[in-house]
Amino acid sequence: MDKFTKVTGVATPLMRQNVDTDLIIRIERLVDNVTKEGLGPYCFEQIRFKPDGSEDPDCIFNQEPYRDAPIILSRENFGCGSSREGAVWALKGMGIKTVIAPYFGDIFNNNCFQNGILPVALPIHEVEQLADEMKASPGNARITVDLENCQVISPTGRTIPFQIDARRQHAMLNGLDDIAQTMSAKDKIEAWQAADKSARPWVWL
Amino acid sequence: MQKTLFDKIWDSHVITDLGNGFVLLHIDRLLLHDMSGGKALKEAIEKGYPPAQPRLTYGTPDHTMSTKPGRTESTHPPGLPLILSMRETTSAYGIKLFDLGQDGQGIVHVMGPEQGLTLPGTTLVCGDSHTSTHGGMGSLAFGIGSSELVHVIATQTMVQRKPKRLRASFEGKLEPGVTAKDMILHLIGELGTAAGTGYSVEYAGSGVRALPVEARLTLCNLTIEMGARTGMVAPDDTTYEYLAGRDYAPKGAMWDRAVAHWRTLPTDPDAEFDREHTVDMKNVAPQITWGTSPEHVIAVDRAIPDPSNGPEEKRGAWEAALKYQGLEPGKPIEGTKVDWVFIGSCTNSRISDLRAAASIVKGRHKADHVTAWVVPGSVRIKQEAEAEGLDRVFLDAGFEWREPGCSMCLASNGERVPPGQRSVSTSNRNFVGRQGPGARTHLASPAMAAAAAIKGAIADVRKI
Repeated sequence: MDKFTKVTGVATPLMRQNVDTDLIIRIERLVDNVTKEGLGPYCFEQIRFKPDGSEDPDCIFNQEPYRDAPIILSRENFGCGSSREGAVWALKGMGIKTVIAPYFGDIFNNNCFQNGILPVALPIHEVEQLADEMKASPGNARITVDLENCQVISPTGRTIPFQIDARRQHAMLNGLDDIAQTMSAKDKIEAWQAADKSARPWVWL
Repeated sequence: MQKTLFDKIWDSHVITDLGNGFVLLHIDRLLLHDMSGGKALKEAIEKGYPPAQPRLTYGTPDHTMSTKPGRTESTHPPGLPLILSMRETTSAYGIKLFDLGQDGQGIVHVMGPEQGLTLPGTTLVCGDSHTSTHGGMGSLAFGIGSSELVHVIATQTMVQRKPKRLRASFEGKLEPGVTAKDMILHLIGELGTAAGTGYSVEYAGSGVRALPVEARLTLCNLTIEMGARTGMVAPDDTTYEYLAGRDYAPKGAMWDRAVAHWRTLPTDPDAEFDREHTVDMKNVAPQITWGTSPEHVIAVDRAIPDPSNGPEEKRGAWEAALKYQGLEPGKPIEGTKVDWVFIGSCTNSRISDLRAAASIVKGRHKADHVTAWVVPGSVRIKQEAEAEGLDRVFLDAGFEWREPGCSMCLASNGERVPPGQRSVSTSNRNFVGRQGPGARTHLASPAMAAAAAIKGAIADVRKI
């Protein structure tokens, strides 16, 4: 997994509720022979492009200075809906490193941690203020997300702490692979399974 | 200590405590489908991790192939590599695949319970958010992403943090024209699409106890639409009657032993939940969604909501939804002209769903301007329906009778509602573009969808 330590950059205020993973990446892009790395151009395609394929200038992702922003600001429940991990790959392909929202869809949240993208949960008033500070000074405003110290630094220099599970923080900072860690508990897994085969033999086909 | 159904299953599956609130959880059943199954198996194998428990792993293609009558794996060419990859990888490791054209093939969340693979008290995962469906059997089932899928293939475990507990109780009896689909849409309308985020849900109460298993599967299916990964109904005699004799269910003395264990699973009388919510079934009418989130839902006899009367924080979302859907606030939703009707998906494609739809359709004909599809959830359901003559009921009424698959629920097989057209669908998501770019989706029960096809407009099933 990719490491995540700190990101500083422009944040795109996509201030919608319930941004679902269907909106982030259309399902057919995950059927077509597009690689994980090649999904960036299709990220948010339903709002970035008009039906004729041309860019929609009204979409914030197509406006400066947000075009190459590594951070997204959003309202509640970002990443709800489908479990498709392609949504995270597409965000990554678009250059997104972190998303700041009041909370995230549970499966999306887990998928982010598998791919080195940091979902940062902050109260809505904090997200709104970050969005206001971004818009107040377009071109100059930058946000920093610092995982080591668990804080967001706003464009005006305010420091906002955020919470993250210690286990996940450690895994992200060090780019650890879950499977390798789990494999170190192989003996415990086998012991559990042996006991379960006697306790619930009907489960074991 | 008094425990909930969820806690009993969770706690008994903890292999080891990993600290900081995380545990290593054993997974009893892994279900694969064509969107991610072959790819995940390949990735695991390439990383040097062959499937840890191939005999606890089962697959079936459902997402990417056509559902056109007479279809083959090549009818929708983009899906072919995924289907072939799944076939190759499952066969190499002896994983049972209910393949295209074979008995048992179907939508993965229909297949599990139908085969008796989904058992009470088990942990079950699949790379699909509607895995919550299996909770209707009393299984702790949840959807996972591709990386987590590789982890389960490799280790038969997951690293998980225990969610909080929410109990949704339905008290009373189903009113006329009301189904499990209406119960869950009503609940999502009351609580909102994010109420379950971070929770596991147990559905309880007299209204749930009275539901047959297929209706419980529908109820649990939409759990993810209120944000929770897992929703469950405690197993009871209804569950055991449904399960007895199914292909992979335990038999003979083993069955008796299993049932004795399953009877210990229901929530203890004084077990505590982090949140409780009760719905009076008298207030549950046939539902229809109007917007682009499952929480945008109203009783079919109500008016389309006016954003200016709505909660301030939702105003923008409501306005955008009405614009996308091409609807005017304040007007009755009943009578809104419909172009497409889709009866199918892991939510509502089981035999009871098809019977409910057929009972409305029988002796009638669809409106001329409507294209109406029925996509049975599995090969067995299709055969059972045909044996009862349901296919003739639909075909005589001008509906298409198709092959099993996910189809127009998410359009991953190219079967789409055209841009700007309006669909009444028995599926689970009315998101922007879900049924195809620009498609306008209204979620409803099978009977309501059938009524819409007959009337050519959103209709109140109670008036048919």
